[in-house]
Amino acid sequence: MADEKERKTPLLDELEKGRWPSFVTDLKKIAERKPMVKDLLGQLELSYKEKKGHWKHGGLVGVRGYGGGVIGRYSDLPEQFPDVKMFHTTRVNQPSGWFYTTKALRELCDIWDKYGSGLTNVHGSTGDFVFLGSNTDVLESIFTDLSKAGWDLGGSGSDVRTPSCCNGPARCELACYDTLDMTYDLTTTYQDELHRPAFVYKWKFKMAGCPNDCVASIARSDLAVIGTWRDNIRIDQAAVKEYLDNGLDITSDVVLKCPNQCIRLEGNELSIKNEDCVKCMHCLNVMSKALRPGEDKGATILIGGKAPIMEGALLSSVLVPFMKMEKPYTEFKELIESIWEFWDEYGVARERIGECIQRVGLGNFVEAIGLEPIPQMVSQPRDNPYIFYEEYFEEGDEEE
Amino acid sequence: MGDFIEVGDKKIDVDEDGFIHKWDDWSEDAANVLAKTENVDELTKEHWVVVNYLREYYTQYKIAPMIRLVLKETGKRLGQEKAVSNKYIYELFPSGPAKGACKIAGLPKPTGCV
Repeated sequence: MADEKERKTPLLDELEKGRWPSFVTDLKKIAERKPMVKDLLGQLELSYKEKKGHWKHGGLVGVRGYGGGVIGRYSDLPEQFPDVKMFHTTRVNQPSGWFYTTKALRELCDIWDKYGSGLTNVHGSTGDFVFLGSNTDVLESIFTDLSKAGWDLGGSGSDVRTPSCCNGPARCELACYDTLDMTYDLTTTYQDELHRPAFVYKWKFKMAGCPNDCVASIARSDLAVIGTWRDNIRIDQAAVKEYLDNGLDITSDVVLKCPNQCIRLEGNELSIKNEDCVKCMHCLNVMSKALRPGEDKGATILIGGKAPIMEGALLSSVLVPFMKMEKPYTEFKELIESIWEFWDEYGVARERIGECIQRVGLGNFVEAIGLEPIPQMVSQPRDNPYIFYEEYFEEGDEEE
Repeated sequence: MGDFIEVGDKKIDVDEDGFIHKWDDWSEDAANVLAKTENVDELTKEHWVVVNYLREYYTQYKIAPMIRLVLKETGKRLGQEKAVSNKYIYELFPSGPAKGACKIAGLPKPTGCV
């Protein structure tokens, strides 16, 4: 039987050449003890040969009480590759900021080695700790073992996807709010929305501590919370002098690179015209010892980011320019819930919130969720010069 | 090839997730058999409210209703003013409205996004 499974994989072998780590080498190593991975290699080789994927789209599997967290995968060549007939993915909710102890990592790997293929995808674009490849009949056991060890499944399908954030204040002095705490808070508050899909489509939250946006929340989430401040950048003039003494060319590396030209260097003294600052973060990143975000911190809330699936890609745009981000985040949660209510009512099947807003118009959207329209919400000026002012509309006039 | 379930002396084709292939193959007896595969021991009156609604909706629109509608309509049919919670549906059908309830109602597999 074992010999039968020895397959030749000339195309995959190419990927082992060169100086770089190779997933093929890793797969072969695991294939020695996992027949499932052996068939996976076989199927992948065939896909490379035929230039065609051999996974069927979707599938519906899950664990008791949850609608999300497990994604069904089936091979379309079950006779040829019986051990990957089922190859389901399980998403494990990752800790805020991806902080693990080695004990925790071992625990996860042990559970996965016991029931599944042993292959993981640790923090790819989905964000979760992803277990790749298992049969349907072990799903409940995986879930039970994970629960016992204190883990939970993440989101999948039309639900709140596992919220994720940057390292935040745990490692970064630029963080303007506690991204880790907020992520955990949202995860526990919206358990029902996370595990039991009821939305028209997926919903992603991402929390970034500052406008550097290390988690790329602006592009990767429907609702991005990006830390910011509304007072002045704090300047330590002694540290500025130290940078100068150490040879930093502040004029060319900082002043001239400011996109809004709001920094001046006179002698050893740096000054910033804060009202012109667009929070590009360049000066703070270059001179992190001398410059720090202001003290009145909070976050900007942006809405509508997504990757292209049903429609093209969208970047988030500003919904609320500044909101204080403090426990228990009541103001934020009220905003979210009013957005969900709107989306539930008016969103069509498989329509992300960004697409929904485009369809109904931002004006209608902000009115429906009870926000005042403000200039910051305008991401670009309109190109149509004909404007209809409602103020000029008088009672008795007929609407055309 | 393919999987099947046995209802009385009839064999009904199902897909790899256990969904019935043909709409007309479904019967109340088939629903009872399918229920067992979804951890529902017995279909009660409350289960049938959901199952019947799913079948009626599908007959009319040829698509499964959105979950929000299921929650609203179930609430209405139970004589409540408010929609039932999503959790209520999961208590009846532990694998949820899409996998559990739709399968038992004989609807085709809903295509969700991964």
